[in-house]
Amino acid sequence: MHPTCQHLSGVSLDEKTSKKQDAGKIFLEEVTSPPPDQRGLKRFGRILLIPVLAVFTGLVIGGIFIALTSENIYEAFGRSFGAGLIEALQTVGEAYVALFTGAFGSPVRIITALQSGDGLEIRRAFNPILESLVTSTPYIFAGLSVALGFRAGVFNIGAEGQIFMGAAAATFAGYALKGLPGIIHIPLALLAGAVGGGIWGLIPGWLKAKTGGHEVINTIMMNYIAFRLSDWLLTGPMKRPDSFSPVSPMIEQSAMLPRFFDDPIRFHLGFFVALGVAWLVWWFMFKTTWGFELRTVGANPFASRYAGMNVARNTILAMTLAGALAGLAGANEVLGVNHYLAMAFSSGYGFDSIALALLGNSHPLGVVLASLLFGTLRNGATPMQVSLGIPNDIIMVLQAIILMFIAAPAIIRTIYRLKKPTKEQPVANFKM
Amino acid sequence: MATQTFHKKIETVSPTRERVMGLVFLTLAFCIFFFFSRDTAAGQMTKFELTPGGLATVLPAWVLPTMSTLNILAIFAAVLGGVQLARGFKHYTNWVLALVVAFFVFGFLVWAAAGKSLNIGGLLATTLSKSVPITLGALSGILGERAGIINIAIEGMMLTGAMVGTLVGSLTNSWLGLVGATLTGGLMGLLLGVLSIKYKANQIIAGTVINILATGLTSYISAKFMQRYMEINNPQIFKSFPIPGLADIPFLGQILFNNNLFVYALFLFLILLQLGLFYTRWGLRMRAVGEHPKAADTLGINVIRTRYFSVMLGGMMAGFGGAYFTLGSVGRFDEMMTAGRGFIGLAAMIFGNWMPFGAFGAGLLFGFADSLASRLAILQIDIPSQFLLMAPYVATMIVLAGVVGRGQAPASEGIPYEKE
Repeated sequence: MHPTCQHLSGVSLDEKTSKKQDAGKIFLEEVTSPPPDQRGLKRFGRILLIPVLAVFTGLVIGGIFIALTSENIYEAFGRSFGAGLIEALQTVGEAYVALFTGAFGSPVRIITALQSGDGLEIRRAFNPILESLVTSTPYIFAGLSVALGFRAGVFNIGAEGQIFMGAAAATFAGYALKGLPGIIHIPLALLAGAVGGGIWGLIPGWLKAKTGGHEVINTIMMNYIAFRLSDWLLTGPMKRPDSFSPVSPMIEQSAMLPRFFDDPIRFHLGFFVALGVAWLVWWFMFKTTWGFELRTVGANPFASRYAGMNVARNTILAMTLAGALAGLAGANEVLGVNHYLAMAFSSGYGFDSIALALLGNSHPLGVVLASLLFGTLRNGATPMQVSLGIPNDIIMVLQAIILMFIAAPAIIRTIYRLKKPTKEQPVANFKM
Repeated sequence: MATQTFHKKIETVSPTRERVMGLVFLTLAFCIFFFFSRDTAAGQMTKFELTPGGLATVLPAWVLPTMSTLNILAIFAAVLGGVQLARGFKHYTNWVLALVVAFFVFGFLVWAAAGKSLNIGGLLATTLSKSVPITLGALSGILGERAGIINIAIEGMMLTGAMVGTLVGSLTNSWLGLVGATLTGGLMGLLLGVLSIKYKANQIIAGTVINILATGLTSYISAKFMQRYMEINNPQIFKSFPIPGLADIPFLGQILFNNNLFVYALFLFLILLQLGLFYTRWGLRMRAVGEHPKAADTLGINVIRTRYFSVMLGGMMAGFGGAYFTLGSVGRFDEMMTAGRGFIGLAAMIFGNWMPFGAFGAGLLFGFADSLASRLAILQIDIPSQFLLMAPYVATMIVLAGVVGRGQAPASEGIPYEKE
């Protein structure tokens, strides 16, 4: 007998099935593990506790990081320890004040603007907070994409590529269709975006269902294929005829998501579309039979197979829907903000969306809240960079720290000496 | 019963696959004839220059009659396809597939350079240098995954390695920069280990954390300091040097043995890792931990320690690979300069079936596509280079789908180990 075979024959059926459980599935079990047997406010508080502490701790560590990388603090510490400490607190305080005024607008400016009654000045004063909502909008879509995947047992790490394909499809629908009224053109362009992203999700979904190829690797590969494809599209078929840089033509006026205010406020209908889609995802996941099947397959594919559910079909469906949601993020950016397609404009959303889905506990409401938080932080970071010279990449550091605490809540529990929850211990309840 | 079916699966290839492969060979043969051979005018010649550059030319250029070369390639491929359909190559099928694909690629080169000249030496030299970071990344992945830790943070580890290498290299010297880069990578590996072993976080999430953290940290420090003070972003780079004796081998010697430190280190790591994994106690233990940690634990192997050690070693490998970008090629750090090479390394690892030399082969393939794409424009070929650049990713997906035989991933990767 062949030695390999001998080795294999020793493996029992039980172990074989446990071997098949890949990281994604195990993770899904974590995310979808039923909430502890508690009701009302207490339960809500328990769900919120870890994310809130994670964000708070992230901000504290981020502050320490800002302090450590500021030269003036070292000088102050050279004078005396007390001076250094005050300087450090001052620098971090200034940074976060700049971050929050950048994100929400400065109250003083809003009041003076309202008193002066100057329309442009009022709009400028209110712009930061509305701009935060504009920044949050693609996050909502992309976060929903990953969250839906998590609930259904697939790990969609390819939001980046799906966003791009959605954006490309929406752009094409935006400039190639002419003479349509907005009420038809906008939904059509959004739909094109969803289809474009959906196809980019369908392929890895199908590959996972039919061949077992892991969706994490396949979606990463699809990301790079999307980048190359975009490169080709924007230098070839979709290139703007009169331009030297690789950009697409402007979309038609009728395809642009309407804006609610005059310049410089870019706040547009897409935000409400995102909220509507979030509600729709919630309704689909928690109120329909299809959503129930999706979640069941995500929670336990073996049990759902015995219950007669089609695991393959649900996997494909989940990846397609996840792709479509990410595609909408891209479509939203093109139709609402940029109005044309540029190369790899979505960079960074792919990983951010994973953080969003986790921070939001893979629940649509949680994702919306997490997106608002991240959108606000990101939007506030640019003014902070301009006024204080603190690079806006600090937001990524914050995100990473927050995500780390969400992924390993045991760290947070250790820091704050929290008790371990009695029943639910999301990270350690693997079935080996 | 179960054993028997498994036995069959290993020993024979399914008849459907045999037939599909036969058709693939024939299709490729047909493509060589139809798209390449028929496209060339009679009497055209293809000139391949064999000068990798750097050292004096030894070999004269290699001139081939375009059409007859293509026809011969097509006939060979067709014959192989016919044999495959009639008898089948059994478990040599994948090797024959590789051969036919090589025919196709060679045919493509012959056709692309028809009436012109193409420097194959230069092409192969670029291929090797482009494959270095990819292969080092893949080796990093292998070290982690063989012990059961999925490492999708190779990209982030490389990026931090590249940055710290530049910083330390500028402030002191390049050797210390290299050490700094390697140690930083090891530190990132430790972080991945702590998150995924101690805190049992999902390993893909833990990898994502490191990727975001690395991107954020390096971009922050780069924007805040390195773009402003050029004296901390200006390390000495490691120059190429020929290895006496070996570099005098015509053609291949010039390509392989006239490089900088990183290429030689890659060769060394490849051999060490291949031997270490499959012929030493250390490798056996590591693989046991990745395949069946419970059994390994029962036999007295410290699973946790082995995993920590492997993932840190993997991190160091990635950090070293990251230093290639700064200390080995451009000599300065730019934001996001690894440009996804870590992820391609991950793909190369899968493509190479979790084997060091397999990963090197995949790395060469990826590097070849990359360096060929940049030459298409020079040869005035109408094929958009982007599609050529896509090919490696598509190929990885095909491999992952099991069309070319399924790879053997370590069985327990991604699953945290809990002692009972």
